[in-house]
Amino acid sequence: MSSTEITPPSRWTRIAKSGMVHSFRRNPVAVGSMLVFLCIAMAAVFAPVIAPFDPYDPINMDIMNSEFPPVWIDGSDPQFVFGTDDQGRDLWSTILYGTRLSLLIGLCAVALQAFLGISIGLIAGYIGGRTDSLLMRLADIQLSFSTLMVAIIFLAVTQAMFGSETFNQYAVYFLIAVIGVAEWPQYARTVRATVLAEKKKEYIDSARVLGFGPVRIMVRHILPNSLSPIFVISTVQVANAIISEASLSFLGLGMPPSQPSLGSLISSGFDYIFSGSWWITAIPGIVLVVLVLVINLLGDWMRDVLNPKLYKG
Amino acid sequence: MSLLSVRELSVKFAMRDETVTALDQISFDLGKGERLGIVGESGAGKSITGFALMNLISQPGYIDSGSVTFEGKDIANLPEAGMRHVRGNRMAMIFQDPMVTLNPVLTIGQQMVETLFAHRKLSRAEAKQIAIVKLREVFIPSPEERLNQYPHELSGGMRQRIIIAIALLLDPQLIIADEPTTALDVTIQADIMELLLELCQSNKVGLILITHDLGVVSQMTQRTLVMYAGRIIEAGPTREIINDPQHPYTQGLINALPQQTPPGQRLKQIPGNMPSLTDMPPGCPFSPRCEYATDQCRTTLPDMVRYGDVEVACHEVARLQSGPTQEKSA
Amino acid sequence: MLAYLVKRLFQAIAVMFAISLIGFAIQGNLGDPLRELVGQSVSEEVRQQLRDELGLNDSFAKQYLRFLGNALHGDLGMSYFFKEPALDVILKKLPATLELVLGATIIIVGLSVPLGVYTAIKPNAIASRIIMGISILGISIPVFLTAILMIFVFSVELGWLPSYGRGDVVYVFGYWDTNFATLDGFVHILMPSLALASIMLPLFVRLIRAEMMETLQSEYVKYARAKGIRPYRIYFVHALKNTLLPVITVGGVQIGTMVAYTILTETVFQWPGMGFMFLEAVNRVDTPLIVAYLIVVGFIFVVTNTIVDLIYGLVNPTVNLARMGA
Repeated sequence: MSSTEITPPSRWTRIAKSGMVHSFRRNPVAVGSMLVFLCIAMAAVFAPVIAPFDPYDPINMDIMNSEFPPVWIDGSDPQFVFGTDDQGRDLWSTILYGTRLSLLIGLCAVALQAFLGISIGLIAGYIGGRTDSLLMRLADIQLSFSTLMVAIIFLAVTQAMFGSETFNQYAVYFLIAVIGVAEWPQYARTVRATVLAEKKKEYIDSARVLGFGPVRIMVRHILPNSLSPIFVISTVQVANAIISEASLSFLGLGMPPSQPSLGSLISSGFDYIFSGSWWITAIPGIVLVVLVLVINLLGDWMRDVLNPKLYKG
Repeated sequence: MSLLSVRELSVKFAMRDETVTALDQISFDLGKGERLGIVGESGAGKSITGFALMNLISQPGYIDSGSVTFEGKDIANLPEAGMRHVRGNRMAMIFQDPMVTLNPVLTIGQQMVETLFAHRKLSRAEAKQIAIVKLREVFIPSPEERLNQYPHELSGGMRQRIIIAIALLLDPQLIIADEPTTALDVTIQADIMELLLELCQSNKVGLILITHDLGVVSQMTQRTLVMYAGRIIEAGPTREIINDPQHPYTQGLINALPQQTPPGQRLKQIPGNMPSLTDMPPGCPFSPRCEYATDQCRTTLPDMVRYGDVEVACHEVARLQSGPTQEKSA
Repeated sequence: MLAYLVKRLFQAIAVMFAISLIGFAIQGNLGDPLRELVGQSVSEEVRQQLRDELGLNDSFAKQYLRFLGNALHGDLGMSYFFKEPALDVILKKLPATLELVLGATIIIVGLSVPLGVYTAIKPNAIASRIIMGISILGISIPVFLTAILMIFVFSVELGWLPSYGRGDVVYVFGYWDTNFATLDGFVHILMPSLALASIMLPLFVRLIRAEMMETLQSEYVKYARAKGIRPYRIYFVHALKNTLLPVITVGGVQIGTMVAYTILTETVFQWPGMGFMFLEAVNRVDTPLIVAYLIVVGFIFVVTNTIVDLIYGLVNPTVNLARMGA
């Protein structure tokens, strides 16, 4: 007797054939955004390879080279495509490394938020009762204080306590930690809502009757069903994390000018817009806006696709 | 002259990739004060018929062709401003779930009075008076107090009564009730139905009762339409349809009723499912499930033909009627 | 109603306690008050004596209670830099920040409701598409970048508007210095308010639009149409109130974000408000001022959030506040 069992399609095949990919390909905004994002991301990942200069190497910080404009303006130096900043660093290289930092911090912070938030959301929703009330009350309070405020205070205090040097050394970690920890309520609330809805369904009862422990039920049964809202908010969260990091660095509470992210670049260039060297602020600014914009556009598209009840007619 | 005359009414939905026909050339009449039932499974097109009469089909649906003549006027092609005068005024609708039909942030009084203001010039005091009178007619206790209450403060049964009262506020000629008791407790369903029946009879208001419940239809209506996959397949006096169904589908519905099955035996289900509107078989839509289906059934749409008081759209019935000696072919 | 109020008050007090505790912990570990008072070249003995006198050798609990007691009397320490009571320094800067927030709020509320409603009712109109396009651009540009851009365009290039400071301020009621009394003052507050509003306005437009569109799909809106109610009333009476309820909730949460954004905006425009003061205090490690700022801002948060919760409870009839007891 030949085996006539049908192997269920793998998860990848299912995703590829799903309506989501189909709808993606038809939407020029989504495709365009994805392309731009991949370009930026690739450029950031391969920065050490692409960048003509290493902006961290003091050799490249020659004050004689400072404030050269981009190549399309008079008085430029052709080896510096986008000009140089106030310290003589090549702006193009610095932007590449800066984007790298911004993306790194954004993605890691969101990974941390997601991990914390999803765990807390699962627990709160599944256990319910007092634990749930307490956790959600904490979430409300945390939310009302806004990530940026908490981050500013935490980083300000940390910087004052440890001194600039130590702080700058560990700045990346501090930023990831504070943005990561401060935003857990977003994920927690979203996941909790799904858990509450799924908890009532029969397959959960079946799983319990079969003797599966709560952790297994939460992770292997409920979690996969809450993936679509998690995806939707993740894009917004990455965009927000990048903006938060840029804002913090702009205030001098984030990445230092020696290891600049896009935010600190913009900050260091701010004073120079009055004296005419607008490119130090403008070009990193444009890169930042484009990066966040395409992430937001992708997020919008995802929300439209995964949330059919909102008919846009 | 009939109160309502629907001719060849078709409703289509413009989906992303194709156009789907939800109602396929529906035709029926309703006399003044007459009570008509529309029965069928979920998705058969009963609710859409009701909304189509009011021209309330939501995007991406639209009325494709046909006419709806109400009180002598063609309302299917009426511009929105004109239709607004008909809705709630000459023709009223009762929705299915009273929990979500009333706006939670407005008081009962506001929701009743606004209906009156939309169609008549009245003072607030006069409008309130009329509202109170109607609330009494549906046996709501302490109607003056109800006016200041919010929907969530009242029970489901009371809310549905209020909705019936709102439907009667402007003394309409026709009430369309879309599954009015489905969302209510079984114990209250009978009360609401009785109330509706009495009010329609005493006010001489026409009623179109849309439901999947044959029992309700048999008690409330004088005539019935049976719908399947967007078409009317049988129409006639309720009594005849219930006692002597002609169309195989109607027969299947009646046979499936628990009352028809002796205790201890399996309920007789109709095998299969109603086809989805995007995947309609050629010919008679019921053919895949019908035990009498022939090749003709599978290729040609049967017309509605009148046999006595009843109209049926079925080739098999046509065959039986034209000669009892005709043989069935598998 | 009473029970709810009491519950919220308790929560508010609990949060204030937590903030004061954190503030106190920071104060204890940040900077050395002795150094500020007497400098480096003092012997160890004298230092210890001073520590005793100042009560710095007491237990944590005792010091905290002292701190709390002082705070409740309005004494939040002395700023190292300004050599004045910290609370006074903050209160002097408060009007600047509050007026900035007021300006931004007027812009946000005044524009987001009409724009949000319009784009929900006519989503395919060209105007709607433009508004939504600008909105998504708006939320992608951080506050400080908008501010810089505005300065570049309106101050550096066009020279229309001033790029820093408050300009002419007029004292009213003896204490409050306002920007709204003179043209010069108004011109100075214009850009900062717009910049501050720039990131929150698109957020609210999108939110109101999304909520309104969902509300317009609800059964009760369909029912209202079936009753023959005019579209104007359906939009502004039936739909709008339901739409605005969740917006109030979100608005309350955004207050916190708004305060954070004032720090950014004040930095760019060198606006002499609390935010700018805070950042300078951080750079100078002026601990009492830092802690005082935390406590004042924490207090503002807690008060505004409680008020927003109350407003929501009063406006939403399904919350059993206004009608019956808890």
